[in-house]
Amino acid sequence: MDAPALSRGTFIHLTGTLGAGLCLACSVARCAPSAKPVAQEFAANIWVRIAPDDTVIVVLNKSEMGQGVATGLPTILADELDASMDHVRTEFAPADPRYVDTQFGDMITGGSTSIQDSWLPLRQAGATARAMLIAAAAKRWGVDPSTCTTRDGTVHHQPSNRSASYGSLAAVAATLPVPADVPLKTPDNFTLIGKHSQRLDIASKVNGSTRYGIDVQLPGMLYAAIARSPVFGGHVKSFDATKAKAVSGVSDVVQVSNGVAVVAKNTWAAFQGQKALQIVWDEGPNANVSTASLFADAERMAKEHKDERVALSRGNPGAASGTVVEAVYRGPFLAHATMEPMNATADVRDGRCEIWAPNQVPLRARAAAAKGSGLPPERCTIHTTYLGGGFGRRLEADYVEEAAEVSTAIKSPVKVMWTREDDIQHDFYRPMSVNVVRGVLSGGEVTALTHQVVSASWLRRWLPKALKNGIDGTDMAEVTDAPYAIPNFRATYIEHDHAIPIGSWRAPNANWNGFVTESFVDELAHAAGKDPLAFRLALLKHNPRAANLLTLVTQKAGWGRKQAGLAQGLAITFWNGSYGAIVADVSLQDKMPKVHRVVAAVDCGTVVNPDIVVQQAQSATNFGLSAALTGKITIRNGRVEQNNFYDYTVLHQTDAPSIEVHIVPSTAKPTGIGEVCTPPIAPAVGNAVFVLTGKRVRELPFSDALA
Amino acid sequence: MISITVNGTRHEVDVPPDMPLLWVIRDELGLTGTKFGCGAAQCGACTVHLDGAAARSCVLAVSQVSGKQINTIESLSTDNSHPVQKAWIAERVPQCGYCQSGQIMAAVALLRKTPKPTDDEIAQAMSNICRCGTYDRIRSAIRRAAAEA
Repeated sequence: MDAPALSRGTFIHLTGTLGAGLCLACSVARCAPSAKPVAQEFAANIWVRIAPDDTVIVVLNKSEMGQGVATGLPTILADELDASMDHVRTEFAPADPRYVDTQFGDMITGGSTSIQDSWLPLRQAGATARAMLIAAAAKRWGVDPSTCTTRDGTVHHQPSNRSASYGSLAAVAATLPVPADVPLKTPDNFTLIGKHSQRLDIASKVNGSTRYGIDVQLPGMLYAAIARSPVFGGHVKSFDATKAKAVSGVSDVVQVSNGVAVVAKNTWAAFQGQKALQIVWDEGPNANVSTASLFADAERMAKEHKDERVALSRGNPGAASGTVVEAVYRGPFLAHATMEPMNATADVRDGRCEIWAPNQVPLRARAAAAKGSGLPPERCTIHTTYLGGGFGRRLEADYVEEAAEVSTAIKSPVKVMWTREDDIQHDFYRPMSVNVVRGVLSGGEVTALTHQVVSASWLRRWLPKALKNGIDGTDMAEVTDAPYAIPNFRATYIEHDHAIPIGSWRAPNANWNGFVTESFVDELAHAAGKDPLAFRLALLKHNPRAANLLTLVTQKAGWGRKQAGLAQGLAITFWNGSYGAIVADVSLQDKMPKVHRVVAAVDCGTVVNPDIVVQQAQSATNFGLSAALTGKITIRNGRVEQNNFYDYTVLHQTDAPSIEVHIVPSTAKPTGIGEVCTPPIAPAVGNAVFVLTGKRVRELPFSDALA
Repeated sequence: MISITVNGTRHEVDVPPDMPLLWVIRDELGLTGTKFGCGAAQCGACTVHLDGAAARSCVLAVSQVSGKQINTIESLSTDNSHPVQKAWIAERVPQCGYCQSGQIMAAVALLRKTPKPTDDEIAQAMSNICRCGTYDRIRSAIRRAAAEA
């Protein structure tokens, strides 16, 4: 695609009247970061600029990885601005501390925080810009600003029947002082928030013109693939590049800190060269690590209560008497397997480092670029592209550091491309876990519950300041914040430090703990001889929000309805402020659960774009279902055993259920929607499997548990 | 030099005969709508049309397709007016969008062969992977395109 020579080097998304949804990629090397106003534009603040042609440019400090921020965030701002969505286009912010979020104090797209984090700042930004445009019109017309109104990107003065488009006022508005404390709309005055509008990125996503990281092309750019140690923690001992260099198109082979890079004139040659490398690895201390050894370690630690920390305690579970139900659950490592494999493009020359990368962490990407290039961060520029999926994998910046290092070594722009095998075998995995749960039933009610989690901490590496009392809160998600009121309750944590790299995986680690909590509540319900819905509702008397959601989802699903060959399973989970509940209709086919229909209900506070909420509930459900059915990464001799989609199998069309989504109307502050439906699907399916078979599934995936 | 015809235009490319069509399309011709996902014909992100039928370009040696009409996502329309593109927009299918070029090309080929597919035929023909899980909407969009054709 021919890139027009725009004045700013960034990925600019034109929508609506501005080019029929074309996604224009400006990848002009050596250009300044975006988010700087060009002449004639009215830059009201760091979030919004208005051009003389009425274009409203909204700057996004969040990455678009499918979850819809490139529509949701401008909707928030445009509502307060009274702009038309047809005039909105978006830009991804540069790596710049001015764009840090409030939750992390960093530029992070994760934790379903984007809408909640941007809710007030973007409304204020829109309202302030609007006030300045009104002031500009009032000044031009010599009227009282309070007699002016706004709609669809135009200021009106009814008494004199005059109007002016925002673009025509931009030059004047730019000269006016920025007002403080501009009042915000009350929700009844919202015109865009809560109403559906089409995604701004859809047009370019049905014709192949969206530019992802993999699509970056620079003049003179080379391509590289890196052979990394198959054993975690291993290093290159020696290598022979003769055969790699003999591959047609290969121009160079260089050792980098992470392995050996093969540089070529196209991607295929780089991949062929990578395969042809002969490397002797120093496998390091982890060559004997296996999934079996890690689970044996975790189970021993659980039994010995090794360095066990109390995350939450109330009452005295040890003193409760009655029928004891006890179970051990085991969860596997999981890879992210984003559709777009990891990649980054770097151009390190003349004391500057420029990076194009699909990432969830621009400032960390900049730090990684600095490390890889040896340059100070101020000399490094990050262009965030569209992401072909993130799911937490792109909260890391390893691929950026590598690309900067290779470009530095070869003194040329280079795109470092990962094969799918690289991607599966060098991920930061959802950690394996062992959970020991023990409940006490008395008079048909659960009077005590203990939940012991043995898992690895990704926050200890990624955000150590977030650990509290040595506890990684994400490892206790859906344990300490599960919605139920059990009078005697204790949640404990044992950190399992091991050699396998772990990271954030959609709804960490509620995605596993939710399976345990919701399966075990179901176990307790059956042991007590109670209906799983009634049993849960009895534990939610203090929590009307969760109880209402359960009532809604079960009403919509027709809970209790008998269908030949089918059973229903129910689950509700909490994630970072939101609740998600699911009823799954399941049958058994060839020993595997077949999910026919899912009814989901979500409570995520105020909804900005209802259809994107539905999309995300569907997406998160399928992501969880995919992992629950067949997802597992196993380790042998210190290396990942899986390679590609033929042995790390994911959900296909044939197994994808219809998913009906209901949204609880709410005027509460928005919470989040990108992840909340990942945790409840696996337990809903497992609970249905119990009804069908009498077998309680306590390990995932189902393909192993039911084999 | 190998001669290939992509989107109606003939190109002479100087590449090894075993280079997969995908990389010729992307790296040599600069048509990036066709995506790399697995390199093993597993995911379908690289789906193109060979003489109108869906094919996975990541495992097709360029030398094998020399005499064929190759079509990529870029050839469907210049204005998103192809009935399948319109159905994709109406059903609001894409999320990250990365797999959707391949999904759309697979759907176009399916509907060309089977204008009114059953749900089972859709499920069997549409073996492309979507990690955002847009499967339900893909089915709806294909049904819509079939109904409106």
